[in-house]
Amino acid sequence: MSNIPETGRTPRVTIRLVAIQILVFSLLLTLGGRLWYLQVRNGAEYQEEAAGNHVQQVVQPAVRGSILDARGVPIADNETRLVVTANRTELMKQPDDGAVVLERLAEVLRMKPDEVKMRVRLCDAETPQPCWNGSPYQPIPVTDEASAQQAMQIRERAEDFPGISAEPTAVRRYPAPYGSHTSQVLGYLSPVTDEEIEEAKDSDSPFLSSDQIGRSGLERSYNKALRGDAGVDRYEVDKLGRVMGRTQSEQAEPGSSLVTSMDSRVQAVAEKELKKAMEEARKQNDRNTGRNYEADAGAVVVLESKTGRVVSMASNPEYDPNDWVGGIDAKDYQRLTGKESNYPLINRAIQGQAAPGSIFKVISTAASLKAGHSFNDRFDCSSSYNIGGQVFKNFESESHGAINLGRALEVSCDTVFYRIAHEQWKKDGGMTPNKKANDWFYEMAHEFGLGKETGIDVPNEVPGRVPDRQWKKDYWKANKDSWCKIKDPKTYADKIAKENCVSGMKMRAGDSVNYSIGQGDTLVTPIQMATIYAAISNGGTLYDPSLGKAVVNPEGTEVEEIKPKSHGKLPVSKAELKEIDKALAGVATRGTAAWRFEGWPQKKIPMHAKTGTAEVAGKQTTSWFATYTEDYTVVMTISQGGTGSGASGPAVRNIYNALYGVDAKGKQNPANALLPEPEKALPKIDRDGQIQARKDEKFAAREKKRAAEASGKAEETVE
Amino acid sequence: MSTHSYPLGRYGPQNASTWHRLTARGSVAWRLDWLLLLAAAGLSAVGALLVWSATRNRTEINQGDPQYFLLRHALFFFIGIALMGVTIWVGHRRLRGAVPVLYGISVLLALLVLTPLGATINGQRAWIQLGAGFSIQPAEFLKITIILGMAMLLAARVDAGDRDHPDHRTVVQALALAAVPVLVIMLMPDLGSVMVLVVVVLGVLLASGASNRWIVGLVAAGASGAVAVWMLGILDEYQINRFAAFANPALDPAGVGYNTNQARIAIGSGGLGGKGLFEGTQTTGQFVPEQQTDFIFTVAGEELGFIGGGLIILLMGVVLWRACAIARETTELYGTIVAAGVIAWLAFQTFENIGMTLGIMPVAGLPLPFVSYGGTSMFAVWIAVGLLQSIKVQRPVSA
Repeated sequence: MSNIPETGRTPRVTIRLVAIQILVFSLLLTLGGRLWYLQVRNGAEYQEEAAGNHVQQVVQPAVRGSILDARGVPIADNETRLVVTANRTELMKQPDDGAVVLERLAEVLRMKPDEVKMRVRLCDAETPQPCWNGSPYQPIPVTDEASAQQAMQIRERAEDFPGISAEPTAVRRYPAPYGSHTSQVLGYLSPVTDEEIEEAKDSDSPFLSSDQIGRSGLERSYNKALRGDAGVDRYEVDKLGRVMGRTQSEQAEPGSSLVTSMDSRVQAVAEKELKKAMEEARKQNDRNTGRNYEADAGAVVVLESKTGRVVSMASNPEYDPNDWVGGIDAKDYQRLTGKESNYPLINRAIQGQAAPGSIFKVISTAASLKAGHSFNDRFDCSSSYNIGGQVFKNFESESHGAINLGRALEVSCDTVFYRIAHEQWKKDGGMTPNKKANDWFYEMAHEFGLGKETGIDVPNEVPGRVPDRQWKKDYWKANKDSWCKIKDPKTYADKIAKENCVSGMKMRAGDSVNYSIGQGDTLVTPIQMATIYAAISNGGTLYDPSLGKAVVNPEGTEVEEIKPKSHGKLPVSKAELKEIDKALAGVATRGTAAWRFEGWPQKKIPMHAKTGTAEVAGKQTTSWFATYTEDYTVVMTISQGGTGSGASGPAVRNIYNALYGVDAKGKQNPANALLPEPEKALPKIDRDGQIQARKDEKFAAREKKRAAEASGKAEETVE
Repeated sequence: MSTHSYPLGRYGPQNASTWHRLTARGSVAWRLDWLLLLAAAGLSAVGALLVWSATRNRTEINQGDPQYFLLRHALFFFIGIALMGVTIWVGHRRLRGAVPVLYGISVLLALLVLTPLGATINGQRAWIQLGAGFSIQPAEFLKITIILGMAMLLAARVDAGDRDHPDHRTVVQALALAAVPVLVIMLMPDLGSVMVLVVVVLGVLLASGASNRWIVGLVAAGASGAVAVWMLGILDEYQINRFAAFANPALDPAGVGYNTNQARIAIGSGGLGGKGLFEGTQTTGQFVPEQQTDFIFTVAGEELGFIGGGLIILLMGVVLWRACAIARETTELYGTIVAAGVIAWLAFQTFENIGMTLGIMPVAGLPLPFVSYGGTSMFAVWIAVGLLQSIKVQRPVSA
């Protein structure tokens, strides 16, 4: 029992003390609950946010792999340039934000101080170029053209240049061995776009905003192998961006090298011969138009007949791929993509399409055989062929009498094929076609691989066109409105349009006979024709032409060979193929191409050829020349260049001369042969992973001498 | 030894009796609330680790010595313990007589802050620089003197046995006593301390047994006062921004919402067990401001996780539980009111401080009792512990 008076202990106070206690503990419970909610329930989310707070990634660019020719000679590689970079994080640590250092640097580099400062500043909405739009943690390049002396100055006085470094850095280069450009085949690199950066952001190989990506040619199709994997250095930084430490980093893995089947020497010859042939054609007068030939574009393809591998691929107009290196300027870009220069970026070997002219006749021959004729059936090669009053003339209205299909190929007799095509057209129902028309001539074109891409391993190949019934219908549907607008036709073009409006949806007799000799609406690319003639040479296999031969990893330990792939067989029996082969040999020895292969060692190196001269409405004729030996197929074309053998003949002959070491008189000298047979083996790889380059110094010297002589001669003529 | 100059007989028994007085059954030491002391000391010890972690890399403020803040925190802690001892020795009852003087001194100090002697930190003029890197924050001492002063007034007639509860006149006097320093602090303006003091006044009135009308009236006045302050635009922009950021932390993550956002990331990323002492990336990266003082809890949350943060809340729970027990067990109203005032102070300040780092309270510049770095606040809370101990020790013992 307490004897102390209970002062201040009224029930009111007691109750209120209990209330205070309850209140206090509910506050603490609230804190505990909230803490649990943040840390245990949502902890993972905040951990992610915390990680993003203080890790900065610095991407270490991977050195891009080289592109080599079949002998290991680089056609695209990297050169080491002294790149001077400024590290913003370091500069910002200085009391004046590095202003003095940058001025000092400008003096050493002989640049304007303002320019250096502008290159180092960060881009934002209000900052015009030049400025740095990459990560502020990334060293910012000030120049990639520092001299060794300048680099030395910067390095020796490191204390005067905090945050500045001068490092040798790999920069893409196209060495153009033996003077070959290989421009369109190599393609080019251009800076990565924002979308691409965004896409690759979370991948294991993110892009730098200064990264370059292959945009066309081999640089694009083998971009993935060539580019390697960029390394990532992850730095922990504090609130002010100061680096506190390094967390897990990944080393940059250099890109693999691509060994191609190209031979730079043959490429040099092909480019030079193509250019020369076009220049020569421009000196020739075109009897049809009265003007000299335009020879505005051309292409030549050299394939290995037995594999479809590309030994050489030239397209003219061409350009220097080094124009793209270090960023292309506006003027160069204009020139490369402009009409004035006739779009040198286009690879005419795979993107140039034209009617094939008479080189199409091998397909017509196959169609005739399919239609039931035999090789030795005789057809009248009259000077003209008449269809309902419309006269279709033979080339230069020649007449050869009754000849078989082989001879028709040799002399390129149009009327023989007119006759057969017309007869087939009639069999298929003429203007009221059978439901199941055979359409052998069109069927064969498809089976020979026309109207679709060959599958060559460079991008943007075009499919060409087989003007079959379906195409005619589609084309008419697309154009009938404009054709049918013409009420009162006056000009020739209007008359054609009017006629097309009425019957353009149908296969007319004229269409069919024109088609049979490779004229009209048919479009083919040089690579398609090369694939077909290579197939005739190799016994019937249509190979996907390929440039890539092997991908070699940077250590040289893994060699991934790229095997030739085929996309079909020619729909012709072995025996028939032999007959066609024989006829094409005849073209080279006694047919339309014989005058171009005069003195050719035919016994040693059997030559086969087919000439073509395609008419193009409103333009001069396209020159086509398709040839092959046992090992090589060479197809050449010159747009608005004249006749097949006339314009392209000498160039093709010279390419063969170079390949086999044949001189002008037809004498073969193995010592001069660049590539008497295709390069089968891959280049040797050193123990340190280096791919050996077998540069042909003798050829280089010979080319140099020839070039010197040519320029000397040019000077003479000027004088 | 035989030539000892002082005869043992003279000092020995005296010393023994002092010792005895302190340690014998029923002595001061015996009657101290050890649980309260240990919990509070535990908080200060954890605080030492957290202060160390938050400052050891900050060369720009730690004078190149990673232990600079740790050592000073320890020093403040020991001074705090000593102040607690002095407070117990003097006793809350004897302090009663000195309250008018102490009150006067603390109000004067607060006024000094408003003169050019005051130092402005973070938009607040709340410090007096003493030189040698020391400064004091008079608002902290005011919390004590207001509690003591109000308790003195409110309990006088009740403890004398004249009345059951304080009459209206006494309540008015007590409120006036509190109003003067609150106004001074408002002028600083130290809104956090104003909030704490309002809650303290409320706690004091509650415990005093003052009429319900006063309680209700005060809550209503507080609410309308807050609305008035808001409407009249008395608040500085930074204060408005703090509230805006509290209401919507995503508002401006780089600006006003930055602190609360980074604080929450720091705590949230700690998870259950934390990243380990010194391992907090938010802490070492200095993403959270004022981390050794007002935002100290974020270090605990990040580096020690839910377990460490929960431990701090638990220790504070022990302190408050003991304080509540002391308030309930004492029979004199004066002691009850003082204890209740301390409870209201520590509880609300803890809730506000931790609550703002957790995003459930607006940001206000208040230290976490016992844990945060800061001399004045450390001294004040340990004096408060001394008061609690004194109330317990000097409790009228039933025979």
